[in-house]
Amino acid sequence: MRNVRSDFPILGREINGRPLIYLDSAATSQKPRQVVEAVARFYREANANVHRGLYVLSVEATELYEGARKKVAAFIGASPEEVIFTRGTTESLNALAYSLGEARVGPGDEILVTAMEHHANLVPWQLLARRKGARLLAVGITPEGELDLGDLEDKLSDRTRVVAVTHVSNVLGTVNPIPEISRMTHEAGAVVVVDAAQSVPHMRVDVQELGCDFLAFSGHKMLGPTGVGVLWGRRELLEGIPPFLTGGEMIREVWIDRATWNDIPYKFEAGTPPIAQAVGLGAAVDYLVELGMEEVRRHEEELVGKALEGLLSRDYVEIYGPKDPARRGGVVAFNLRGIHPHDVATLLDQEGIAIRAGHHCAQPLHRLLGVPASCRVSVYVYNTVDEIEAFLDALDRVWESLGR
Amino acid sequence: MSPYEDLIIEHWRNPRNKGTLPDPDVDVTEANVPCGDVLRLQLKVRDGAVEDVRFDGRGCAISMASASLFTEMIKGKKLEELRVMREEELLEALGGVIKPRLKCALLPYRTLQKALASLGPRARKGESETARS
Ligand SMILES: Cc1ncc(COP(=O)(O)O)c(C=O)c1O
Repeated sequence: MRNVRSDFPILGREINGRPLIYLDSAATSQKPRQVVEAVARFYREANANVHRGLYVLSVEATELYEGARKKVAAFIGASPEEVIFTRGTTESLNALAYSLGEARVGPGDEILVTAMEHHANLVPWQLLARRKGARLLAVGITPEGELDLGDLEDKLSDRTRVVAVTHVSNVLGTVNPIPEISRMTHEAGAVVVVDAAQSVPHMRVDVQELGCDFLAFSGHKMLGPTGVGVLWGRRELLEGIPPFLTGGEMIREVWIDRATWNDIPYKFEAGTPPIAQAVGLGAAVDYLVELGMEEVRRHEEELVGKALEGLLSRDYVEIYGPKDPARRGGVVAFNLRGIHPHDVATLLDQEGIAIRAGHHCAQPLHRLLGVPASCRVSVYVYNTVDEIEAFLDALDRVWESLGR
Repeated sequence: MSPYEDLIIEHWRNPRNKGTLPDPDVDVTEANVPCGDVLRLQLKVRDGAVEDVRFDGRGCAISMASASLFTEMIKGKKLEELRVMREEELLEALGGVIKPRLKCALLPYRTLQKALASLGPRARKGESETARS
């Protein structure tokens, strides 16, 4: 992959007197100039509300916004009217759990999640189950940190309505076999909801190949702005479920006592959408397409491979999740024996190295791993092998000062 | 300010007053739930003063080193002195603590507050009636 670092102004920063080494892209990615500029240009040159104005500026703004939708749709192999702009993965999943639940879940029904879900793909289903008197079951994981497909098979039944699963675990890094999960779920007559927050930014994702029914992801984790995300759904399913929020462009006709809904995707976009952010996301998609998602994936596999190799060779480190970089996304979670992850993160920060420490919004998974928290490094297009080596060297210094 | 003064590393490696007392007058546990830090503090009280103290627990180096240092600070002190002790005294003794880690550093302080509260507002174990005046 070409060297992209000069596109990311923030990478020129010094932190605590050292060049920034940013290893927390799974939390949020940095933004290239091209995205920052696209957002700024929108505000400078084309800012207006969308879908309403009869004047030139509004038409232009609408074209830019809808253009972004087309780019995102092409990026995931979908058609534009199936792409709904939301505020992010969390909002996409909450909205979907509500709407899908209203239409398709009732007392005695079952919803399947997995033990490796981010809270954003767990708690909305908990609430739905409680609201509807449905049952929530969690599919287990194997000792290697992969989804236990045998357990999924056992738990699927004619009562199953929804299977909600992450594509790539934001802790274990595990890439789940969504095509197989979709096949199994559809055989049971249920729908598959995929949390793609950690996959769409890092690998080629095609919703037709995945075979799933819904997919959620965030713009800010894929070089785009905060405040915009995507919910993709199959047309016939989106048409069959009620809206989550109401008001604004999502409405067709309103009387004092009732209303009818606009067509998809507008039915799910109530109020003024995140217009500039969507335009920025469109620019991020352009940027990723230009790099090539296969290249992005290859680059990350190399970095993750280096990180895994280095961590595995240090006997004071415990790693979570698969040991083979080909079975992983761009994150590696680990612990240093007897040292709290917060200490590791604070000490690395002294050397300008930004990593995550905590439960990464996956408390049930950490309970399963038997640790209150973990350290996590995550990589993206701008990280280098040198940075991984600097991180590993710094880790030795953490161990020297706090290991015992 | 380095987040880990030598003092913190020294107390982390060689904790003082770590363990349990056979017959404590106070035995309280406090936690920083989000990070999983847990601290148990035991006091032996005689004539209104801390005669002996032990801590035990698990957590980050800052919270555990702070606990170790804090036991040294409170041992021998009168309860009435402890009741008016400010958290800054602990932070200063630690050599300053970076903002994101204040909660860790102050876990022992909060645990002591709980211990003092469990002793009642005043006048236990010979503490003078005018303790807070
Ligand atoms: C797997 C996964 N799901 C959901 C989310 C939530 O994303 P957001 O905070 O952008 O809504 C994240 C990121 O934090 C994630 O890693």
